[in-house]
Amino acid sequence: MKLKEKLISSFMAFENQVDIDSFVHDIRSEAIKSFEEKGFPSKKEESWKYTSLNKVLKHNYSVFPKQVNALEYREVKRYFIHDIDTYKIVFIDGKYSSHLSDTTHDGMDICLMSAALSKPKYRIIIENYFNKITTDDSLASLNTAFSHEGAYIHIPKNKLVEKPIQIIHFSTGSESAVMLQPRNLIIVDENSHVQIIERHQSLTENAVLTNSVTEIYANKRGIIDYYKVQNDNQDASLIDNTYINQKQESHVSVHTFTFGGKLIRNNLNFFQNGERIDSTLKGITIIGDKQHVDHNTLVHHRTPNCESHQDYKGIFGDNATGVFNGKVLVDREAQKTNAYQSNNNLLLNDKATINTKPQLEIFADDVKCSHGCTIGQLDENAMFYLRTRGIPEKEAKALLMYAFANNVLESVKINELKQRINKLIANKLGVNIGFDL
Amino acid sequence: MNKYTEDDLREELKTKEYEYGFYTDIESETFPVGLNEEIVRAISKKKEEPEWMTEWRLEAFRIWQKMEEPEWANVTYKKPDFQAISYYSAPNSKPKYNSLDEVDPELLDTFKKLGISLDEQKKLAGVAMDVVVDSVSVATTFKKTLSEKGIIFCSISEALQEHPELVKQYIGTVVPKTDNFYAALNSAVFSDGSFCYIPKGVKCPMELSTYFRINQAGTGQFERTLVIADEGSYVSYLEGCTAPSRDENQLHAAVVELIALDDAEIKYSTVQNWYPGNAKGEGGVFNFVTKRGICHTNSKISWTQVETGSAVTWKYPSCILKGDHSVGEFYSIAVTNNYQQADTGTKMIHLGKNTKSTIISKGISAGKSQNSYRGLVQVNSRAENARNFSQCDSLLMGNDCGAHTFPYIEARNKTAQIEHEATTSKIGEDQIFYCNQRGIDTEKAIALIVNGFSKEVLNKLPMEFAVEAQKLLEISLEGSVG
Repeated sequence: MKLKEKLISSFMAFENQVDIDSFVHDIRSEAIKSFEEKGFPSKKEESWKYTSLNKVLKHNYSVFPKQVNALEYREVKRYFIHDIDTYKIVFIDGKYSSHLSDTTHDGMDICLMSAALSKPKYRIIIENYFNKITTDDSLASLNTAFSHEGAYIHIPKNKLVEKPIQIIHFSTGSESAVMLQPRNLIIVDENSHVQIIERHQSLTENAVLTNSVTEIYANKRGIIDYYKVQNDNQDASLIDNTYINQKQESHVSVHTFTFGGKLIRNNLNFFQNGERIDSTLKGITIIGDKQHVDHNTLVHHRTPNCESHQDYKGIFGDNATGVFNGKVLVDREAQKTNAYQSNNNLLLNDKATINTKPQLEIFADDVKCSHGCTIGQLDENAMFYLRTRGIPEKEAKALLMYAFANNVLESVKINELKQRINKLIANKLGVNIGFDL
Repeated sequence: MNKYTEDDLREELKTKEYEYGFYTDIESETFPVGLNEEIVRAISKKKEEPEWMTEWRLEAFRIWQKMEEPEWANVTYKKPDFQAISYYSAPNSKPKYNSLDEVDPELLDTFKKLGISLDEQKKLAGVAMDVVVDSVSVATTFKKTLSEKGIIFCSISEALQEHPELVKQYIGTVVPKTDNFYAALNSAVFSDGSFCYIPKGVKCPMELSTYFRINQAGTGQFERTLVIADEGSYVSYLEGCTAPSRDENQLHAAVVELIALDDAEIKYSTVQNWYPGNAKGEGGVFNFVTKRGICHTNSKISWTQVETGSAVTWKYPSCILKGDHSVGEFYSIAVTNNYQQADTGTKMIHLGKNTKSTIISKGISAGKSQNSYRGLVQVNSRAENARNFSQCDSLLMGNDCGAHTFPYIEARNKTAQIEHEATTSKIGEDQIFYCNQRGIDTEKAIALIVNGFSKEVLNKLPMEFAVEAQKLLEISLEGSVG
């Protein structure tokens, strides 16, 4: 049975399993209908022109993992940012692990989506925020249909969350192939500030397909720093759909660090609804083998006097494929917009491919919009300079590549995370240099 | 003097009617409307074409029937009814003239209005003209000078009679019949166009020039141009277009094929000023053109275009850089006003080693128009040391227009170096202020800035053409160019 049919037929069973709330039930039923009509996206669609899901979809994924293996903290400690105190929301094969997590209801809600969807006290928030900014993309609809578990974070007014929040999804390979569909909802009210780190990690070589949807609402003057660490093993694929709605004077940044995974597709959408908003989208991608990474970003400027900054760096070796599809949309009302987009790529191997498509669609006249995009290789003169100073070729290359990607790291505000990313980059480049020195 | 502001300019742009909207009353021989195999055969017969050509057209027609109109472009328009078009129309006054005096005086008048009077052209610095009025060449000058050098410059129907082997060898090799919907249609029904062959090692002594005109009510113009530059030769080819004012939409689906053999260079310049429709967005020409060139070793193809006309433009002059060390260039200014829509750009396909390409595209949108750049830079895995530089700048005038950029960049070789940058801006208040301060009034300041904005591309046009190009910019953005 094809995955699409399997998903549609398991929808009924899924609905019976979870508490049927008529409000969410209607949204789910509509979403599954929408998915049934559209099916999985194919390369014929413009936004999927360079990414084919065929290879990923051919596995016989189990839609509901039946058994859940317990995990000990020491087994998975290395996947956490463990040297600082953090809130943790941890899922194992899609199920919440209270044992590994550290949540709170003290003055704010850092807890579970399943609780928010079923408990009456969250009802009003769910009605106001749930599934309000997702687009009618078929994969997002599929996630909505099966939305049940994930992180629910609600920070009330005037609150500075002193510890970062880690959201980690483990899959233990309890079955030969598993499909996970986490659903996150993050609401940050006026003047509040939160930092979030998200990670998906498969612990075995069994295939995993994660189709995740995250809705983020930044209200007036809210500040959100969101970090996505994508360093999964070679059999795990991820389709990440993130939707961000910003109110006036809010600042939201999303950093995406992609080093691992078989196929990764990041759909990152920013909607600006208020004046003087700042949106930042940054990413470092370093991949090799037959990995495929696709960054698909949208920044929709709907209101005047806002800014957006995009900076994506990519290093592609072996048979890897990199795709960047960045779209900046400026509505007629959005005068005085300042939008910047840059995408720089290094190609290390003739079998590696880069497809990039930076787009500007502009309907307002008083704007400053620019994009730049480069594809190149390491500068021979710079290499020569380093070699003459006694630095071996491999290290010299790594240094240059590190320098190339470095300015994306500069805006990372959590030091421990920065160090961790530095280590990951060193690993990925196959050298042992203390980059953070 | 009254203060001239951007608002005034905008107002003027809105009310500015197409200056060249007139219609020459020349009796034409026109086929019945509609398209079927019979019509295709009839066109071929009319042109007294060899049997293989008729078959070639029929094959293209059959391919076309199976194709669907493309919809991916960022333009919206009412699709033309292909069965409501007459596919052949030729001016009646035949046979051809030996001197200008014999040419229909009314026609000469038309050219005078366009400022391209033949007498003047004849006297002026050696521009040979193959004047195409509604599909059939009626006057060709300077043919003698050209033939002494062995250069063949004639209409494609003539070429089919006199040099069928050359046409057969090259036609459809760069733009195959199957390429796209409009190319297939053109292959089936093209009525005429220009053919140019520059023999080995010959540097064409003058700019070759063709003026296309759409003249007959309800006739689509399907031009076919084939330019072949043999080894080590050079040619600069000019194409310019104006069309009379009409209420119904006219269709233009031309195909241009350039072949630059080893060490050859082709420079192809276009000024396009077809009727863009009136201020309400009614009428205007649909311009769906396929232009492509192939570069062999060490050769160079350079496209320069100034696009000011047409209601809908859909045009991507491209270069296939097949040979090692070949060079492709694309310089474009696209101006859209009122309800005009332009989706234009280029494709640079790097196949050979050490190939280079440059793309400079300037878009100016005013009124309620939409201006898109759409381009592809592709570096294939065997194309070592490929180099590309692209720059797309857009200038917005007014708040009802849009500027869009859709660049596609695909790299499959690690030695590729590709740079792309794009900017969108309006004429800054500070820029105007700066000029005002120095005693330059606002009108002149806007002229200065627009001129400066487009200079990079205007400079690439041949001398004879640059004057005309500036004139067309004037018409499209009256008041802004001094």
